[in-house]
Formats: sequence, C-alpha cells, structure tokens
Amino acid sequence: MNSCADDCPCAAMTTEKLTLHYGATAAFRDVSLEIPRCEITALIGPSGCGKTSFLSSLNRLTDLVPSCRVTGRITLGDLEVLAPDTNVVALRRRIGMIFQKPNPFAFSIAKNFALPLREHGVREHAEIEQRTEAALRDVGLWDEVRDRLRRSARTLSGGQQQRLCLARALALEPEVLLLDEPCSALDPISSAKVEDHLQSLKGRFTVVIVTHNLAQARRIADRVVFFWADESGGRVVESGPVDALFEDAIDPLTQAYVRGQHG
Amino acid sequence: MSLGTSDSNLTARRRKAAAFRWSCAALTSATIVLLAILIFHVCKQGLAWLDWDFLTSFQSSRPENAGIKPALVGTLWLISLTACIAVPVGVAAAIYLEEYARPSRLNTLIEVNLANLAGVPSIVYGILGLAIFVRGLGLDRSILSGALTMALLVLPVIIMASREAIRAVPPSLRQASFALGATQWETIRHHVLPSALPGILTGVILALSRAIGETAPLVMVGAATYVTFLPDGPMDSFTALPIQIFNWASRPQAEFEKLAAAGIIVLLAVLLVMNGVAVFIRHRSRKGVS
Ligand SMILES: Nc1ncnc2c1ncn2[C@@H]1O[C@H](COP(=O)(O)OP(=O)(O)OP(=O)(O)O)[C@@H](O)[C@H]1O
Ligand SMILES: [Mg+2]
Repeated sequence: MNSCADDCPCAAMTTEKLTLHYGATAAFRDVSLEIPRCEITALIGPSGCGKTSFLSSLNRLTDLVPSCRVTGRITLGDLEVLAPDTNVVALRRRIGMIFQKPNPFAFSIAKNFALPLREHGVREHAEIEQRTEAALRDVGLWDEVRDRLRRSARTLSGGQQQRLCLARALALEPEVLLLDEPCSALDPISSAKVEDHLQSLKGRFTVVIVTHNLAQARRIADRVVFFWADESGGRVVESGPVDALFEDAIDPLTQAYVRGQHG
Repeated sequence: MSLGTSDSNLTARRRKAAAFRWSCAALTSATIVLLAILIFHVCKQGLAWLDWDFLTSFQSSRPENAGIKPALVGTLWLISLTACIAVPVGVAAAIYLEEYARPSRLNTLIEVNLANLAGVPSIVYGILGLAIFVRGLGLDRSILSGALTMALLVLPVIIMASREAIRAVPPSLRQASFALGATQWETIRHHVLPSALPGILTGVILALSRAIGETAPLVMVGAATYVTFLPDGPMDSFTALPIQIFNWASRPQAEFEKLAAAGIIVLLAVLLVMNGVAVFIRHRSRKGVS
C-alpha cells in the first residue's frame, strides 16, 4: 500500500519491547511494532489500555510526566528516540501531534502559526505567511479564516479549531503525525471534514491515529493495531493490514472486539 | 428510603440553604459597615485638611503648615524599588520551583519555610534589615535599605501566589507547546507566563499593598520622621506615609490628629490607585487570553 514517492521525506517508526510505567504500574508492556512510512496506522482498543501513553512515548511527550518510565527501543528512521542524547526539540519537530481536545493557543490565528515557526528559526515574515497559508489550505480552513487571521483562534468552532491544530502541526513540515482521537470531541460533520483532510494528506506523512470509531479506522487506515488491557497492563493483541484484521482476525479477543461484542 | 424527594425534606434543605445564604450576607455587610464607619470617621476628621498645600508641603511643627510631600514621595520611591527587587526575584523563584526543580527533600524544606516566612512578624524583617543592609552592607538608613527589607517581607507572598498561578495553567497548554517542539524556556515564556500573569499580578499587588502600610520594619531600618528634602536617589534617607501618620497621631495636639487622618486618606488613595491599575491590567490580559 506504500503510495508515496521515493523522495518523500516521511520516515518509518519501529518500537521494540516498549514498556511504559507510571510509578510502579505498567500502562503497557512489550509493544513491538512496525509503523511503515507514508501509511496510516490506526490504534484501536478499549479505554485505559495505554493508547494515548503509547502515542506520547513516540515523541517523548511522556518526559513531561515525572513518574513515567519508558524502556525498550523506539526508532524514527535512523534515530534512536529514547537515547538520552536525542534532541527532543528536533524530534518533536519531526513528529507532529494532535490531541483529543483541540488546543489552539489563546492568541490570534496567525500567531498560532507564527510562534512555533519562529521557535524553529523561521524568521522571515513572508515565509511564515506562506507556510501558514499552505498549511491552512491543506486542511481546508483557508477560505474560512483568511479574513480573520488576526482574530483569536478560540473564536473558531470546535471542528475548525481541530483543523487549525492539524494545520499548525503541518506548518512545521513533520515526517510523522500522531493523532489522539482527533474527532472524538467533534460532531459528525466536523469529524467527517477532519477525516477527509486526513485522507487527502495520505502519502505525505506517516500517520498514527488512535480512534474508538472502528468504522473510521476501517475507512482510513492501512494497518490496524489492537490494544487490550488486562491486570498486568496493556499489550498489543494483534496487528496487521486493515482488511486482514477486520475480516479474519486470528485472536478471539480481536474477533469479538471488531464485531463490537465488547470493549 | 426515598432519596430526599419528600416535601418535608426538601423544605428543610431549602431552609438550610436560605439560612446559610443570609448569614453570609449578614457577615459580609457587617464587615462593610465597619469599614464604612472607619472611612467616614477618617474623612470627617481629615478631609478639611486635605488640600493642595497639604500634598506639596514639607513637615512642620505648626500643623497648618505641615504637609505630606516627602512621605508621599518616599512611599512611592520605596514601593517602586521594592517591586523592582521583589517581583523579578519572586517570579523567577516561583518558575524555578514549579517548572525546573525536581521533587526532593530540599524542595520540601523550601516549601515549608516559604509558608512559614509569610507569617513571620514584620518587625523581625526590620531587625534583619537593620543587621544586614543598614549595618552589614553599610547601606545606611537609605531608601535602598528600606526597599530591600520590604522586598524580603513580600517575597514569600509573591512566590506563593506566583506558584499558585503557574500551577493553574492547564496542562493541555504545555502539551500543545512541547508537542510543537518548543523548548522549556519557550513554553514558559510564550505560554505559561502570559497565562499565569493575572494570578501573578494579583499576588504582587496584594503583597505590595501590604508593604505600603507596613510601619515596623521601616522604624527598625531607620526611616526618619522629619525630612526637609525630597530624595534624589535610592541612597538618600527618607520617610514614608505610615511613619508620618504614626508620628502625627502620637502628638498631643488635636490638629495633628486631623493631619494624621488626612495622611490616611492619601495612603488609601495610593492603595486604591494601585488596585485599580491591577484590575485594569488583569482585565486587559484576560481579554487577550479568552
Ligand atoms: N499521567 C499519568 N499518571 C499516572 N497514570 C496514568 C497517567 N496517564 C495515564 N495513566 C494510566 O495509564 C493507563 C493508560 O492510560 P491511557 O491514557 O494511555 O489510555 P488510553 O488507551 O488512551 O485510554 P482512552 O481510550 O480512554 O483515551 C491508564 O490506566 C491510566 O490510568
Ligand atoms: Mg487516550
């Protein structure tokens, strides 16, 4: 399914025996995954099985939680993500993240783009404007906001805010996008819009998306990873191409989950 | 058993709620009435003496010539200098404790001590100021000595209020910033501080308002009561409003008591202006944020 060109900048990620603890309790254990470049990988599974934790360990956002300990191995291209000398600022520029709840900064729409771009050393006004416009066009928001770039980003609707957050991440030209239930706080129409734009971006980024919406996973994903939690914490039960996992899963847990029989 | 849906239960609960509401209202109005009586009393005594001459004259042994100019200027000097010292140090300390310090025994110790320091009587700070700044560092009985002492006095309050405000910044804001590859300093500078600013400002103004009225530490570090010149710089000697008020109030003649009342009105006016500025800035920054 690898649809992108050879010169596409996006990178593959892998995890090996990745285990994450909050204090003494494990959120998930021994997760070994291949996340192929330019594909959409969907993470599904019941609440509390460690999907958000897994996602935020990929860009080391878990560093913010003092009690959190991550062991194992994560690679992004050739980069050892968990190595102590990894430059996390550069890492997070390569890996964009969108959260469950839209979190635009309480500044103007324009400043939501200008601030991170400036932080990454883009100083020229013209380039900032051009990148802002390109990113907003990518998510279909440009025509809706072109006249109100100076207005507060918080005046946008929830769906527009989420697309703004997506565009803000795109403006930094990441290689990987992590999306944590990006549509769960949205109404079906806004949700469909976000989903459409995700699909239109397909092939330009490596995407990892957490979703509770199995139909959505089926529509947009190339590969699906099924997380499950038991007493000892979360683990990956099964992963594979989307059709294989939905049509003829091997594990009975997966079969039941994708048929909507529990979870 | 029904879950409090029966009529009698509901009436009793409503009655309790009403009783609570009215006792709160009564207590609030009691405080306001007391304050009003106090202000009325002060105004009755002092307003007649409050005129341009009073604001622009120096101290004098004859009440009709006496004025509050050096004390007013001294207080403005003192408070500005105190703010210049205490606000950067206090906010920096709060940022360090909230954003950088890892939980450790030392930090717990610092935390407990901060809370304790906020409750230490101001005269103790005065003694400290006298020993360290006036004598130890040889700063003499200057505005700088007074401001440094006042800064020590208000620091714990500023640090605690700023920490509170920084802690109240939603984690989602930090996450958003870090996820976009901001450094810790950029996150603090661009997101945490602007969002904590209203809270920090409230703490600063409360602390400085307390400092304006403090008399004891200034007596210790030797603010003069009879000053015939305006201070030119931070190394000059000075007097301040509460010292001047205390000085007048302790004299036997009735006229001086009226002067003291007029001085109190000036002090209250300064406080009112400071709080007004704080409300204004808070309002503006909130408009910017939401
Ligand atoms: N900051 C934290 N500190 C301690 N424990 C945490 C923290 N964040 C998550 N956990 C715990 O880790 C486990 C996994 O949480 P996580 O948020 O990753 O689950 P999730 O799969 O994303 O769930 P959901 O589908 O509800 O979002 C949960 O048991 C949760 O209580
Ligand atoms: Mg989650």
